[in-house]
Amino acid sequence: MDEGFAAALPANAWNWLAVWRRNYLAWKKVALASILGNLADPMIYFFGLGSGLGIMVGRVEGTSYSAFLAAGMIAASAMTASTFETIYAAFARMRDRRIWEAILYTQLTLGDIVLGELAWAATRAFLAGTAITIVAAMLGYAAWPSVLYALPVIALTGLTFASLAMVVTALAPSYDYFVFYQTLVLTPMLFLSGAVFPINQLPGAFQQVTPFLPLAHSIDLIRPAMLGRPVVDVGVHIGALCIYAVVAFFLSSALLRRRLLR
Amino acid sequence: MSKVAMELTGVKKSYGDKIVVDGLSFTVAPGECFGLLGPNGAGKSTIARMVLGMISPDAGKITVLGEPVPSRARLARMRVGVVPQFDNLDLEFTARENLLVFGRYFGKSARELEAVIPSLLEFARLESKANARVAELSGGMKRRLTLARALINDPQLLVMDEPTTGLDPHARHLIWERLRILLARGKTIILTTHFMEEAERLCDRLCVLEHGRNIAEGSPHALIDKHIGCHVIEIFGGNPRELSSLIRPYVQHIEMSGETLYCYAPDPEQVRVQLRERAGLRLLQRPPNLEDVFLRLTGREMEK
Repeated sequence: MDEGFAAALPANAWNWLAVWRRNYLAWKKVALASILGNLADPMIYFFGLGSGLGIMVGRVEGTSYSAFLAAGMIAASAMTASTFETIYAAFARMRDRRIWEAILYTQLTLGDIVLGELAWAATRAFLAGTAITIVAAMLGYAAWPSVLYALPVIALTGLTFASLAMVVTALAPSYDYFVFYQTLVLTPMLFLSGAVFPINQLPGAFQQVTPFLPLAHSIDLIRPAMLGRPVVDVGVHIGALCIYAVVAFFLSSALLRRRLLR
Repeated sequence: MSKVAMELTGVKKSYGDKIVVDGLSFTVAPGECFGLLGPNGAGKSTIARMVLGMISPDAGKITVLGEPVPSRARLARMRVGVVPQFDNLDLEFTARENLLVFGRYFGKSARELEAVIPSLLEFARLESKANARVAELSGGMKRRLTLARALINDPQLLVMDEPTTGLDPHARHLIWERLRILLARGKTIILTTHFMEEAERLCDRLCVLEHGRNIAEGSPHALIDKHIGCHVIEIFGGNPRELSSLIRPYVQHIEMSGETLYCYAPDPEQVRVQLRERAGLRLLQRPPNLEDVFLRLTGREMEK
């Protein structure tokens, strides 16, 4: 193998854990504020849309609008939490604070760092998504015990979106570019993936796009788990999320190698 | 351990049309302090990054502690400590946490690290700052913490990129003293600097770089003897051109740098006699130093 590319791959199966633990130690100091921050935005949407719009739209797909919306907000919060961790916090650690540079002096490779950052962002997403799941469950919007199936999906959703965001981090010259990713990719995805209204309400052309959106696959797994309904095509949805995660991981590693190791 | 701590052979690196390192070769012996001396832009930091395997040379061979770099750079880095040009400590953490987190990157357990961290903080004279956040430390303290961090894996070789740039004299002397202790313990140090005094005080041998080429190599004293070998008279004031033609017959060589004439004079008294009649001149006679060597070799002044 090209020796240069080996530096962009993880050196072994456990090195990434040191990076994860670094981020965990830093996060622990501000944990409470961080959790509340992650929780606030989706909760406002959940209550705002759920109670406000819920009165007007009545029942959706055979359930109350709030129950329908809960899965969308959980998936969206996982998406947002891991994306923001990667495009802002990890970008700062890479560029402004030179923390990655210091790690590269050790026996860790760039691939170890990227994997550690992704695992950490997925952890943040898991915490955010789980917190909202708990709130939704307390309000009676989660079926027990099938809601437990939603938890690993939240983590996988976080990993997938962290991986995608890492590609953006690798390419962005500065923070100013991240807003394009948010407004042109993430926000449309929220509406095209059935987070706030059913996909069959979309114009036909847009419905064609949905199968390619990772958030749609995430919601298709989380929503039945929340409502206690059978999940269709589990393998397809998990496979799609994994493909996005893996391809974006290798792509971002290659891009970061070009950016940092030359 | 082998007789060579580090070896570069015909190393080249260019970015686009710009040649940064141009066929550089040198060897560092174990236990030696080897300096890479050159102005900003001479390729020093690029060499440091290549030695760590962070960038690949376009041509040539690099061996660090017996490992070929970059192919086995990761294994070499297990036994290397790095002090970078710009502090990249973790500002969110305390001094102690910085060492703990960094040690974990080497796969060390918390127990192993707890055992060595107190002695490293003591070595860096930061015992009282163990639980202070990095943001609260002074520039000199941060540098010393960076040095302690570089020692967390008990390295055989230290790569230091301008370790005292930007420090006040007191802080700088403290770093130099610490580095001499490390040399006495048998560590090998490779040091880049544009500081003549630093190179002269610390380095057993050094190479002078210009445009990524090795233009002179040897011990500081050998270089000074070889390239200067006599007293230097600095002459300020007056017209440098006129003065230089006046005294040229009596000196070995003259360099002009700004307003100052540097005369390399085997017999300084003769020069003084020539200038005795002239008012308004200031003469400074001194032993030669590395800066003179650099000026002689490159014909231009280094940053002080």
